[in-house]
Amino acid sequence: MHLYNLTLQPPTATTQAIVGNFSGARQQEIIVSHGTRLELLRPDVQTGKISTVIATDVFGSIRSLAAFRLTGGTKDYAIVGSDSGRIIILDYDPKTSSFVKLHQETYGKTGARRIVPGQYLATDPKGRSVMISSMEKAKLVYILNRDAAANLTISSPLEAHKANAIIHHIVGLDVGFENPMYAALEVDYTESDQDPTGQAFRSTEKMLTYYELDLGLNHVVRKWSEPTDKRANLLVQVPGGQLASSDRFDGPSGVLVCCEDHIIYRHMDARQHRVPIPRRNHPLEDPNRGIIIVTAVMHKMKGAFFFLLQSEDGDLYKVTIEHEEEEVRSLKIKYFDTVPVASSLCILKSGFLFVASEFGNHYLYQFQKLGDDDNEPEYSSTSYPSFGMSDPSVALPHAFFRPRALENLVVADELESIDPIIDSKVLNVLPNSDAPQIFTACGRGPRSTFRTLRHGLEVEESVSSELPGIPNAVWTTKRREDDEYDSYIILSFVNGTLVLSIGETIEEVQDTGFLSSAPTLAVQQIGADALLQVHPQGIRHVLADRRVNEWRVPAGKTIVSATTNKRQVVVALSSAELVYFELDLDGQLNEYQDRKAMGSTVLALSIAEVPEGRQRTPFLAVGCEDQTVRIISLDPETTLEAISLQALTAPASSICIADMLDASINKTQPTMFVNIGLQNGVLLRTVLDPTNGQLTDTRTRFLGTRPIRLIRVQIQRNPAILALSSRSWLNYTHQNLMHFTPLIFENFDYAWSFSAELSPEGLIGITGSTLRIFQIPKLGTKLKQDSMPLSYTPRKFITHPTNHYFYMIEGDHRVLGPEAAANRLDELRKQGQTIDEEVVDLPPEVFGRPKAPAGTWASCIRIIDPIEAKTVALIPLDCNEAAFSIAVVPFSARGGELHLVVGTAADTLISPRSCSSGFLRTYKFTEDGANLEFQHKTETDDVPLALLAFQGRLAAGVGKALRIYEIGKKKLLRKVENKSFGSAIVSLNTQGSRILVGDMQESVSFAVYKPPENRLLIFADDSQPRWVSAVAMVDYNTIAVGDRFGNVFINRLDSKVSDQVDDDPTGAGILHEKGQLMGAPHKTKMLAHFHVGDLITSIHKVSLVAGGREILLYTCLHGTIGILVPFVSKEDVDFISTLEQHMRTEQSSLVGRDQLSWRGYYVPVKGVVDGDLCETFARLPAPKQSSIAGELDRTVGEVLKKLEQLRTTTSGF
Amino acid sequence: MKRVSHSFLMASELRYTANTQLEHLHARYTGTGHADLSKHDWVTHQHRDTLASIVGHPTLTSFLAIADGQSIGRIKFEMTEKMLQPCGPPPQKDDD
Repeated sequence: MHLYNLTLQPPTATTQAIVGNFSGARQQEIIVSHGTRLELLRPDVQTGKISTVIATDVFGSIRSLAAFRLTGGTKDYAIVGSDSGRIIILDYDPKTSSFVKLHQETYGKTGARRIVPGQYLATDPKGRSVMISSMEKAKLVYILNRDAAANLTISSPLEAHKANAIIHHIVGLDVGFENPMYAALEVDYTESDQDPTGQAFRSTEKMLTYYELDLGLNHVVRKWSEPTDKRANLLVQVPGGQLASSDRFDGPSGVLVCCEDHIIYRHMDARQHRVPIPRRNHPLEDPNRGIIIVTAVMHKMKGAFFFLLQSEDGDLYKVTIEHEEEEVRSLKIKYFDTVPVASSLCILKSGFLFVASEFGNHYLYQFQKLGDDDNEPEYSSTSYPSFGMSDPSVALPHAFFRPRALENLVVADELESIDPIIDSKVLNVLPNSDAPQIFTACGRGPRSTFRTLRHGLEVEESVSSELPGIPNAVWTTKRREDDEYDSYIILSFVNGTLVLSIGETIEEVQDTGFLSSAPTLAVQQIGADALLQVHPQGIRHVLADRRVNEWRVPAGKTIVSATTNKRQVVVALSSAELVYFELDLDGQLNEYQDRKAMGSTVLALSIAEVPEGRQRTPFLAVGCEDQTVRIISLDPETTLEAISLQALTAPASSICIADMLDASINKTQPTMFVNIGLQNGVLLRTVLDPTNGQLTDTRTRFLGTRPIRLIRVQIQRNPAILALSSRSWLNYTHQNLMHFTPLIFENFDYAWSFSAELSPEGLIGITGSTLRIFQIPKLGTKLKQDSMPLSYTPRKFITHPTNHYFYMIEGDHRVLGPEAAANRLDELRKQGQTIDEEVVDLPPEVFGRPKAPAGTWASCIRIIDPIEAKTVALIPLDCNEAAFSIAVVPFSARGGELHLVVGTAADTLISPRSCSSGFLRTYKFTEDGANLEFQHKTETDDVPLALLAFQGRLAAGVGKALRIYEIGKKKLLRKVENKSFGSAIVSLNTQGSRILVGDMQESVSFAVYKPPENRLLIFADDSQPRWVSAVAMVDYNTIAVGDRFGNVFINRLDSKVSDQVDDDPTGAGILHEKGQLMGAPHKTKMLAHFHVGDLITSIHKVSLVAGGREILLYTCLHGTIGILVPFVSKEDVDFISTLEQHMRTEQSSLVGRDQLSWRGYYVPVKGVVDGDLCETFARLPAPKQSSIAGELDRTVGEVLKKLEQLRTTTSGF
Repeated sequence: MKRVSHSFLMASELRYTANTQLEHLHARYTGTGHADLSKHDWVTHQHRDTLASIVGHPTLTSFLAIADGQSIGRIKFEMTEKMLQPCGPPPQKDDD
């Protein structure tokens, strides 16, 4: 088996974000890490919108990122710590719009290991050195400098190791231009490892240690080490140092040590200051729960600085330090605002705060104020004895704040992120859709969503108005060449033309010079200030002073087709003749003396726009009824001479020549594409060779069932093509590569560009008798998301065999559900406490639900209508029960009546897994599945993590046991059990009498049920332990499995063993077979293995395009959606694997990880080609492309065509 | 019992040949085992390696955070804290 792995949607989770002037312009950008991908974001200061500049796969796992700037420089560089055992310095090159690897220094083994640096990065604020550290012991310091040619240099590493020390965090100190210093938070385990009494463990101290890089001696010394709070977790740099020009200090230098419940200011030989972290004044808040700071950001302004710290609940605190020279007078903390919990915060100089959420959508906020003059209580270290440090082991009295809606920040932009995808289904439920949708259960806690993903671009409609009749075409036009916006909308009807003027309102105008009594074929703003209308009887050239020059068609003929640009007009007559006009220098339209007879009725015509600085475009494409397209010269030397001819499979319905940039073909100049839409709905895209006019590199694509209409439009000031069939598609250039994506909107009959003051980048289209003005806001995205909020973290959802509803279970650990919270509040009220209702009623989506200790759950069952995207019914679970599994079971004892069984457990603890009791709740469907009626619940001894309908009964994985239950009057009745599974059953699949059991740690076992003896027997398992996270059956003997470490693999059972087991009526044979490797008697064989790099949460065997092949689609935790496509021929396998081999040598990973070792992280890659790597072929420089193509005995075009074909025929993307 | 004597033999061989080199390697590569490693030491190393690997893999911290209803920052912190003594104090040493 050979598979081709392709990522349809790259991960969207952001693990870290850094800010800096990476392009060197006076504009700040943000680099975000998506775990395995780097993306450069550019916030627009004016509009407050974020746009992606570039995004690149790095084929490695990014663990840390830091930005730095050399002293006196204007450009920031990014340092990347990854699992490659190498430190990487990246530079963003705005010319080529790509990341360039400036330095790659190897220091250790690959992998996210304990003592190999890469986990933490700290830079000197003056950009003189960087420290890279591991989780334990190893710390390396590199010196950064410039050479004579002002190039960045990096030294060999200096060690700052400390054996047996666990490192919690490191940070660079701001010491001005003195020797660079780093602070590390370390714990030494030497003594606690030696002391059996545990005394040493209890008295182990967490040390704040300073390391100084002596630039003169070129080595690192341990400068200072003092114990600090035992529960410290994070260090924050405090500004310091003196400017050379003045003796004023920027700040006191030192660090903020963020501990559980406290913030401590600390510096060598300086007085400590401590303040408590204020906690929410919420009646249900447990005062003994510790609060830690999870992320922090420091911002320096002219002469001042402040910190924003974020707690694990999402509350932002503003921390300020009052200082006199180097001496700190006080440390102050106050509540700022509440935003989603972030993995990184970035403050931009332009007054924005970028919040890279740890789960769900990311936000850009704009600062309204800095919380300077509000009534928020501020806690200062001066109000405590000895600045809060009189006894560091005793906690300071609790400080409180009242949570409230945003006051200092406003949302400026939101970046959609589907991470985490916890479960998904792929099916086509939406009406009028020919491709299946991906339904995903995403998010965590109260910000969870249920999202419908559809392949296509989102369309934002701004105006929709009804017209008196049904027009067949629409145009917009400017009046003069240098007008910024369009002035007229021209609508062509069967028997007339309507002209509307665009102003404050859109209204009909009469005196435009256009002929209104006939339909229109083409409209063009021509020359400097004239307009042109082509109608069946002639051409009207409307001059600026409203004079009209008209060219009339010879008697008995009409114009059937026309094409125009700023200087040229070609019309085809009903007599199959072509008439060519060109604008002369006086602005007169002149007819070429000869007419060209085509010999076959002309169906479509197209010429390109006039290239900049030229008089004309030299090529005309003509589609004729005899199923050909001919390229005809418009060059003055050879006017109207035929150049080339291409035969088609059906008559052309529309042709469009456009010059578009596609970096895979030509990096620097736009390529001239001839797009030919056929009457059978197929689109051909060919490249027109500008030197000889030949058509090459034909690619085909099926767009829909109607004849295609092609329209050249402007998208973000670049030419693009709208292709209208039974679906509308947009062909455009984004980040230098060509994209072809359907629009998710009603079908258009005709469309055109539209530019007005309110909608400068719009499009206008007609659907039936409705005129619509719309925009395409999110270019570059391939999946449109529609989301619906959920209450808690979704766990699983299933479909129903007959209706279209989805049944979802949700559950959140460590929170109080609304009911439990209400009860608790009632109790408090009875005790006579006054409850701050406003705080209690704060929306949980922003503030979260009240926290509770481990073992407390809030959970519910939800019925979702995916078509309407709304909740039909919600059944909350009481008694601290949480749902973990769900199945629809047709119980044969009830005549096959469908029941919903939900596996729940009460008082569940995650680690080690335990519960007071598990339950199987049985529900009947009522109201056609729109509601549930509770039947009974059956106790189990462990958490039921997997349920499955099996031969009219229920198969349940309860802890280590697989059981089959029959329905009874009062409970489910256990019929048979097998308890010999490794740790816990997490997935069940079935076909026939076979059950595939996925174990949490022990891979997938094949079990069979033998009814005559009522035996449940395991007959085959895997020879490797696997932490199964998702399983799908590919066929009766083959499974596709995803594991917790980001691997996906295919296992197959020998068909002989399969037959033998099926032929054994009682299972006695299996029972007496000898086990192999301490497991089942037979082992499955691994056929394919691949490391995706993201934790796989579901796998489906589906066909994504109508009539297409079945493929495996997987979704991952960080938002990756990918497919595994089986190759159809041996030739393809050879071709693509050879290409992959070449790509491996050509394309080195941005983080310095070897692609082959990354894809074989845990197990060597087997039988899978990395399509993401192959597709980077399109971005290679042209000489490399042709040399690789040459080695493969193909042309570059053929390689690209093959890659595109692999993508489009299987996924449609 | 057999296993113990075998490892003893290995250690004694190394004592004469590569001992100094081995010690150097052990100091350099924390977590590498040796012939006289106790069960507790081995398990502690295993746990520390695992905990460090969890903190080092972004997907695993997300996964645990979702399962446990905690923030990723808290999961990383608790995992790092756990590295100090993941398997409890070492057993009492026999005097022999």
